[in-house]
Amino acid sequence: MTLVHYLVLSGILFSIGAVTVLVRRNALVAFMGVELMLNAANLMLVTFARMHGDLHGQVIAFFVMVVAAAEVVIGLAIIVSIHRTRGSASLDDANLLKN
Amino acid sequence: MQDTPLTNLAWLLIAIPLASAAVLLVGGRRTNAWGHWLGVVAAAAAALLGIGILIEMLGLPEAERIHDLHLFSWIPAGDLSVDAGLLVDPLSMTFVLLITFVGALIHVYSVAYMEHDENRRRFFAYLNLFVAAMLVLVLADSYALLFVGWEGVGLASYLLIGFWNQRTEYAVAAKKAFVMNRVGDMGMLIAMMLMFASIGAVDFETVFAAAEGTNEGILTATGLMLVLAACGKSAQFPLQAWLGDAMAGPTPVSALIHAATMVTAGVYLIVRSAPVFEGAPTAQLVAAIIGAITLLFGAIVGCAKDDIKKTLAASTMSQIGYMVLAAGLGPIGYAFAIFHLVTHGFFKAGMFLGAGSVMHGMGDEVNMRRFGALRRSMQITWITFGAGWLAILGIPPFSGFWSKDKIIEAAFVGEGWQPWVFGPIALLGAGITAFYMSRLFFMTFHGKARWKESEDSANESDKDLPVQHPHESPLLMTVPMIVLAVGSVALGGLLAIGDTFTHWLEPVTGHVEHHDPVIAIPVLIGATIAIVLAGAFIAWRQYAASAVPVTPPEGSVLTRAARVDLYQDAVNEAVFATPGARVTEVLTEADTTVVDGAARGLGSGAVGLGTWWGRLQTGFVRSYASIMVVGVVLAVVVVLATRV
Repeated sequence: MTLVHYLVLSGILFSIGAVTVLVRRNALVAFMGVELMLNAANLMLVTFARMHGDLHGQVIAFFVMVVAAAEVVIGLAIIVSIHRTRGSASLDDANLLKN
Repeated sequence: MQDTPLTNLAWLLIAIPLASAAVLLVGGRRTNAWGHWLGVVAAAAAALLGIGILIEMLGLPEAERIHDLHLFSWIPAGDLSVDAGLLVDPLSMTFVLLITFVGALIHVYSVAYMEHDENRRRFFAYLNLFVAAMLVLVLADSYALLFVGWEGVGLASYLLIGFWNQRTEYAVAAKKAFVMNRVGDMGMLIAMMLMFASIGAVDFETVFAAAEGTNEGILTATGLMLVLAACGKSAQFPLQAWLGDAMAGPTPVSALIHAATMVTAGVYLIVRSAPVFEGAPTAQLVAAIIGAITLLFGAIVGCAKDDIKKTLAASTMSQIGYMVLAAGLGPIGYAFAIFHLVTHGFFKAGMFLGAGSVMHGMGDEVNMRRFGALRRSMQITWITFGAGWLAILGIPPFSGFWSKDKIIEAAFVGEGWQPWVFGPIALLGAGITAFYMSRLFFMTFHGKARWKESEDSANESDKDLPVQHPHESPLLMTVPMIVLAVGSVALGGLLAIGDTFTHWLEPVTGHVEHHDPVIAIPVLIGATIAIVLAGAFIAWRQYAASAVPVTPPEGSVLTRAARVDLYQDAVNEAVFATPGARVTEVLTEADTTVVDGAARGLGSGAVGLGTWWGRLQTGFVRSYASIMVVGVVLAVVVVLATRV
């Protein structure tokens, strides 16, 4: 099993995440898609770090995790808040900023 | 070099009237009570200083009479460096004395003439401003500084023509004068640009020294532009139309600015630029031709006008035509041009003041057909005006004889066709001048009164005539008239006998050998006097011996043409104003469609583009996300494609 497989897996995970974000209406599910894309990116960073034999990629992966943790908190807070005020977690209903 | 303390103070000549004008304009109403006397004192102080400088100059040997006073470095800009300095020499001093002396007299006159005008202080401020600007003009030692004075007198003239600007036609007359003067000013500017381009300087000394070695084409162009400038300022053909309307200004203004001083600036410019014209015989010839045309033009117009001031204005135009003709004749004419300018300054200013005095006594009536027989009620005006009249006719020994006769003689000097054209024109002009000035004089002061003293006139034929109470003007007005009349009588002879004046100007105009005219001088003098007497006699028979109709007769074609200034306004309207307006319309149209259209098109295009892009903002998060994904994919494709 070569390292290239990890890259392919990362690409597949990213695509699944992206499609999830694009096709699902539910905000929570779309959010999970975003997380999946982040993890795919992390996997790729770690793989490349391994390929090049240095630690830069791994360090950045840690950064991404930290940022993702923070983002999850804020994102979920927003989704909960929208659900409470508008009674729906559908992304298509949240269009007040359009105009 | 001898010490010349007064000459070094020449800048005060300008500073005094300028300061007075500033005080009067800034001080406003607070100076109403004494403002006019401040104006008089400023003008008189300048005149006294001028006389002082003259005496000092007379004490110097001829070669040392030219002083160039450096004042300050005005425009230092690399290669282009213009200094402000005053050139005090016999030519500029002649003008200084004329301006300040006649100016001071007219200031005194105005105190009484403008007594009932509530804006008298402002009037004196403008008069002082004019005197200061005119002195800058004649004392400048470079074309650039001369131009400052040139524009300054233009401004003062505009302000004073439109002094009673509550009347629309007066304001229009002021604007007309201003605009027509601008045409001449363009000539002045272009002449200066040509000097900068070819010589690299605009001060008289450098330009005149370099003129000899300069290409004749450039000198001719410069000379022609200077002639154009002179035409604008001196109301010469084809820029003559403004002078008649300029009579809208108060009469002292007409006397000072539009007879004695400002309108002669063009003659000064030509004489001062003698070295330029020396190398440009074509430009010189053009000046002479313009002078000859204007001389006849003004004389013909003068014959038909019934407005006393407009007749005098036409006469001024014609007399300046004489001066420009003389200046265009070259060195033999320069001194006579200036000489005639000085004597004309006296007798014409005197006659304008006389006209003002008549208007003062006749309730501001200017129509000569409403005058007549005024000699009994206005004796001083009659006598002083008579002195001016005899002077302009050129009857010996009055001033005009000495100067005008010399110009006629000079016009007959030369070779080829020129003396045979200019000479007879000058001679004919003298005859026409005699006719229309006598017409004016007889219509105003002689013949039967075309007004009545009181309503209950015994004579039935008088019943349509207006009631007038003509009376002599106060001393403040008559004294300046008397002084100017004395000048009209004696000044010419005083300066001409022994060629005093010609010698006095020699440091500037150079010594000229006597040339014999193509016709013997005694014959010329005899012919001139004969033709003048003939003109005066015709006028006497027509306007003094027989009754003058109150309503003007229809007259011949020429008379009708002359009444409307030989269609000068119609021609200007047809040739310049209407096509100009058409061009403006086209440009306005082009501006709205092309320039504004482009700007508006840009705006509406941006709005349309914005609306179109705005449709992308659907409000659906997932569509934004798809756009982002597409964008990222595209970016990746581009990056990878260019890497390969």
